[in-house]
Amino acid sequence: MAQQLDQANDIDGATLVEIFRRSMRVYKTDERFRQMLMSGKLRLVYYPVRGQEVLSASMMSALNIDDYLVTTYRGVHDQVAKGIPLKDLWAEFTGKVTGTCKGKGGPMHITDPDTGVMVTTGIVGAGLPIANGLALASQQSGDGRVTVVSFGDGATNIGAFHEALNLASLWKLPVIFLCQNNRYAEHTAYSVGTSAKRIIDRAPGYSMEAVRVDGNNPIEMYNAAKAAVDRARAGEGPTLIEAMTYRMLGHTFGADFSYVPKELQEEAKANDPIPAFHQLLLDRGVAAEEIAAIEAAIDAELDAAVEHALASEYPGLEELRIDVLKEEIRA
Amino acid sequence: MSTTDKISFAQAINQALDEAMGADPKVMVFGEDIADEQGGGVFKATKGLSGKYGTGRVRTTPIAEQAIMGAAVGAAIAGYRPVAEIMFMNFLTVCMDQLVNHAAKLRFMSGGKTWVPLTVRCTTGAGVGFGGQHSDMLEAWFAHVPGMKVVSASNPAEAKGLLLSAIEDDDPTLFIEDIMMYSQQGEAPAPGFKVPLGKARVRREGSDVSVITYGRPVRLMDEMAERLAGEGINVEVIDLRTIAPFDEETVLNSVAKTGRAVIVHEAIKSFGTGAEISSRIHEELFSDLKAPVQRIGSKYSPVPFSPPLEQAFLYSEDEVTTAIKRIMG
Repeated sequence: MAQQLDQANDIDGATLVEIFRRSMRVYKTDERFRQMLMSGKLRLVYYPVRGQEVLSASMMSALNIDDYLVTTYRGVHDQVAKGIPLKDLWAEFTGKVTGTCKGKGGPMHITDPDTGVMVTTGIVGAGLPIANGLALASQQSGDGRVTVVSFGDGATNIGAFHEALNLASLWKLPVIFLCQNNRYAEHTAYSVGTSAKRIIDRAPGYSMEAVRVDGNNPIEMYNAAKAAVDRARAGEGPTLIEAMTYRMLGHTFGADFSYVPKELQEEAKANDPIPAFHQLLLDRGVAAEEIAAIEAAIDAELDAAVEHALASEYPGLEELRIDVLKEEIRA
Repeated sequence: MSTTDKISFAQAINQALDEAMGADPKVMVFGEDIADEQGGGVFKATKGLSGKYGTGRVRTTPIAEQAIMGAAVGAAIAGYRPVAEIMFMNFLTVCMDQLVNHAAKLRFMSGGKTWVPLTVRCTTGAGVGFGGQHSDMLEAWFAHVPGMKVVSASNPAEAKGLLLSAIEDDDPTLFIEDIMMYSQQGEAPAPGFKVPLGKARVRREGSDVSVITYGRPVRLMDEMAERLAGEGINVEVIDLRTIAPFDEETVLNSVAKTGRAVIVHEAIKSFGTGAEISSRIHEELFSDLKAPVQRIGSKYSPVPFSPPLEQAFLYSEDEVTTAIKRIMG
């Protein structure tokens, strides 16, 4: 990876460190969730993001905090990389009233407009048409925001994907379709469920700009993200990014993973983006102490977040009648 | 315009959209064929709006209901007040996910951090020979979804007043139009006339039986009540106007007075909104009832094409009068 430092498309040191910080914030959050699930301190259906940290961190580093994000149930990497406060996220994952959504949405429906996390959906493909609407609002109001919608390779086989790409291209919406191609749609390998050889091969049918990158390479991923964001902000329309990555764990925490060939698992371990990124920073002369300080700060934030979540109260039962409609439902 | 002028139902919709767009720059309209270049909508409900407000705010869309509804949901979360036209109610089936899983639930699932001030307009109704996929009355499906409001008007003036309220409302609202009523003329309302959501209207007071209905059957029930008055039966006619959440107070007060209730809707009877209203009446007023609550709806069948079948499918006034006379003893 160090060789890429010589390339013309290199990115500056401060940005690279920021992407690393966000990657580690995701990595450590995901790791802590899995540790607590393993030890029985937490009970929830968890969709691991191990292996996809750098992809999200690179994308979100190309955005402003008020740019919009729409993501999916496997979205904790996107939310954390976007900048969501960990204490609010953890409280929501544990169903507490101090959570982003008062514990009423849960892990699959994280919403935090303060950090631009507008919708997290549990329905595959459903985020894309909604992202168009957010982008349409920005186009209409001229607020300069861009919208990123994350989805997996599996989502490109559902109708909503195609309807959304067509409309976004037609209306030149400031939206970025971020396909995180992690090679598996739940338990089904890419080639078993997807007729297109590559996801980007679908873009020409919608007259849409598309780029395929190594999503686990922060420099390549950030540059693609930045170019798409710049295009969208300039009013030049949407981009489909196919970011190649790999889901290093099962569909859900603890789920069977035997359907993934051993060789692929070994290859993925060898190409783990987190140690590679660590090495890249060292190669670029970032001091080990600086990296350690970044990690220590995240650990502290995470410790505080977990403690806050566990100590927080569950929502009161009156919450069943609140937020159903604007007006509270009568008891 | 004086209040004695007449307007059609379609004109009433058009006026409501025009007034809403004029009053609030955040109101946008999306749908198939709706801009003037495409004819201003197949029922002309949006005629002239794109000319007046531009094709940025009045957007003709591809025939892609998920894209329409998703765009409306997203724009609504971001502060707009979209009015999405889904041409026929049956076409809601291809964007149910956006409406049911997203529009209706986002306020709750976000703990109130986002909400969806969306109005969805659609038309439907049997009687014009569209057959099984353009005529269904599916209001009960949406009334069953927490977070959604469902509205149906019975005359042009109230259509305008209800639509304006729906657009101003901060919850997602399904506004059901009846294809048989677009050309129906009625008194033109004064500018700014609004009908609050969630409030039924007692159209005619009566002491013997409460007829609870909404939409197209309302006018028929008005006429029937007039005839039955001549036979000495005093019918109270209630137009729900908002189907969900329905005005329980007005319904229960009426039935507490009359002791008898008949619910009439065009949707098929089985598992329809009439079942819910009937149950609420039985739960609250069982000991006050002089007879079991009656339900009149269309037959348990897809809407047929052949005219005699289509007429036989529909509820009829005869069925209502027969039910009323039976429970009057």
